[in-house]
Amino acid sequence: MDYTFHWRPVIKALPDLFNAALITLEAAILSMAIGIIIGLALAMMRLYGNKTMYIFATVWVELARNTPALLQLFFFGFGLGAFGWHLSPFMIVLCGLAFNNAGYLAENFRGGFQAIPKAQYNAARCLGMSASQTYLRIIIPQVFKLVYYPMTNQMVWAVLMSSLGMLVGFRELSGETQFLASNTFRLFEFFLVAAVFYYVLVKAILVAAHLLSRRLFTY
Amino acid sequence: MSESASTIQFFTGFSVNDLPFLAQAAGGTLLISIISISIGSILGCLFGWALYASRYARYILGSILDIFRSVPLIIQLLLFFNFFPILGIPLEPFAAGCIVLTVYTSALVAQVARGGIEAVPESMRRASRSLGMSYFQDMRYVVWPIGARAMLPAWTGVALGVLKDSALVSVLGYLELLRASQILITRTQEPFIILAIVGAFYFALSYPIGKITARLEQRWQYD
Amino acid sequence: MIKLQSVDKSFGDLRVLKGIDLRVEKGEVLSVIGASGSGKSTMLYCINALEKIQGGKILVDGIDVHCADTNVNKLRREIGMVFQQWNSFPHLSVMDNVALAPQIVLGKSKDEAYSLAEKHLKHVGLGDKLQTYPTRMSGGQQQRLAIARALAMEPSYMLFDEVTSALDPELVGEVLDTLRLLREDGMTMIVVTHEINFARDVSDRIAFFHQGVIEELAPAKDLVNNPQRERTQQFLSKVL
Repeated sequence: MDYTFHWRPVIKALPDLFNAALITLEAAILSMAIGIIIGLALAMMRLYGNKTMYIFATVWVELARNTPALLQLFFFGFGLGAFGWHLSPFMIVLCGLAFNNAGYLAENFRGGFQAIPKAQYNAARCLGMSASQTYLRIIIPQVFKLVYYPMTNQMVWAVLMSSLGMLVGFRELSGETQFLASNTFRLFEFFLVAAVFYYVLVKAILVAAHLLSRRLFTY
Repeated sequence: MSESASTIQFFTGFSVNDLPFLAQAAGGTLLISIISISIGSILGCLFGWALYASRYARYILGSILDIFRSVPLIIQLLLFFNFFPILGIPLEPFAAGCIVLTVYTSALVAQVARGGIEAVPESMRRASRSLGMSYFQDMRYVVWPIGARAMLPAWTGVALGVLKDSALVSVLGYLELLRASQILITRTQEPFIILAIVGAFYFALSYPIGKITARLEQRWQYD
Repeated sequence: MIKLQSVDKSFGDLRVLKGIDLRVEKGEVLSVIGASGSGKSTMLYCINALEKIQGGKILVDGIDVHCADTNVNKLRREIGMVFQQWNSFPHLSVMDNVALAPQIVLGKSKDEAYSLAEKHLKHVGLGDKLQTYPTRMSGGQQQRLAIARALAMEPSYMLFDEVTSALDPELVGEVLDTLRLLREDGMTMIVVTHEINFARDVSDRIAFFHQGVIEELAPAKDLVNNPQRERTQQFLSKVL
């Protein structure tokens, strides 16, 4: 082995990498937030909507879940580009991830709603609660507990998938690492450190989610 | 760029002559996926059993496999690919991609397999052991059939996921379908039709398999 | 008063209620017995509009339950219902389970609702479990919680749908005792039940359902000790 590890360039670049990790987290959180809102809407459309809504939502969900995330990013990048809509790399990643998240989350939400027995709905209505009061106070809180774990997984997924940003020019953790590494030719060292960053980020998210669940779900 | 007289023009630039190129790339995708999924699943089942059976394995092996699920695939590929020149061993993209995807698959399948084994009711296993079956006979004739059924939906999800993630091996220069589509788009400036065809390929594989699995799962529920 | 006039109900092609006529006066306790599938529970669900009827009328204090203009949510405040599977809200504490509806449906303040809830919970014997979560309680306790929850709306009528059928035998007694308590309080109750002895001791009248029809309707002790109709005799001989 005649390779010497040069860690100096990596250590010098740590602040940049740290900032890029924050950008990764930011992109993941934003795409999750948008994905949750859209996913909830899609789930409701599939459960309670009319035929048009059902078809629209189903097409979205099935496309998002059955094609590669990278393809979806390409669509927002190249596809919209054909129309003259040139999104910034950040927007491409945000749209692509949000589209993908919405699809997966919609299925999780739908399963959650279907798992709540109709009897809960009946019991609340019998007490005189209106349909909207019932959904808001009784059904949705219980669905939230059911989908909490899948949602946490999806958040981890979003962080990992954000690395695709590297292929469309987005300077999140992977993109930044690629940029710095190619300048110094220290590919291995840089990517190793990036891997460590990701690992720590994912673990932190899982721990935070676990602690949060302890506080939220006392039952 | 050659256009013969029998070229069908969908739009300017993209021709039927490009289809074999895409088909070859699709073959590349399938090849690397099938190899990784099959070897990865076998390894994953073994790992899953180890995780179930031994506390030491759960800590050590579990932590290691955890790493592969907590680092993006793209980073794993690049890391691995750049590690081998250091050792002085040249590795071509296909081999590197296969190895990384296989290990990645095995980490995911290990979780699924462990869940499958745990899904087998304890009472059934007590019954088989009290009939005199050895540990391995119990595993083979009781746990495996029941556990495999419990595992199927999750395993299918993992397999289809790996199929879609195989697209990333393109960063190593391996020609798979999405890289081919990128090349074509840059040349022909016809993103929609190309993305649609490529998307249809993945969709045609993923959607039916997903639906069949869901139906099987429902059918088995009534046992 | 609850009045059913020639009520018909079908599920698709299956006729479940055939021309039911019934009057339940204020302060009365009516028990409804019969085999599974005879239509007893369905009748309860029709009274508070959880199920639609295909023929006839149901009047609660003169209001037509199934008329399109009727405000169903308002009507349900007068009719409390307790189910076989208590259906407590798992994500709320015992106190919140009972206090929620008074707050958001009746518009009571938090303090009012909490003191109301506490009063009713103590009445059913759950005064020491106010901050517990339902999933940590036995079936009998959850059922009593369900009763308190319905009572907190201060309804005029209470409907009970086989409320002891899903309980372990040793827990049945505490729930039946709660029903006895309500009877002493003067609550108007329709109780669908399999507990014939309870029905005989606690109700004013008993209705025996058979295949969607009220086969016999008589004062409680009379029906159990001296059934007039042959089907009633057959049913009672099987269950007693």
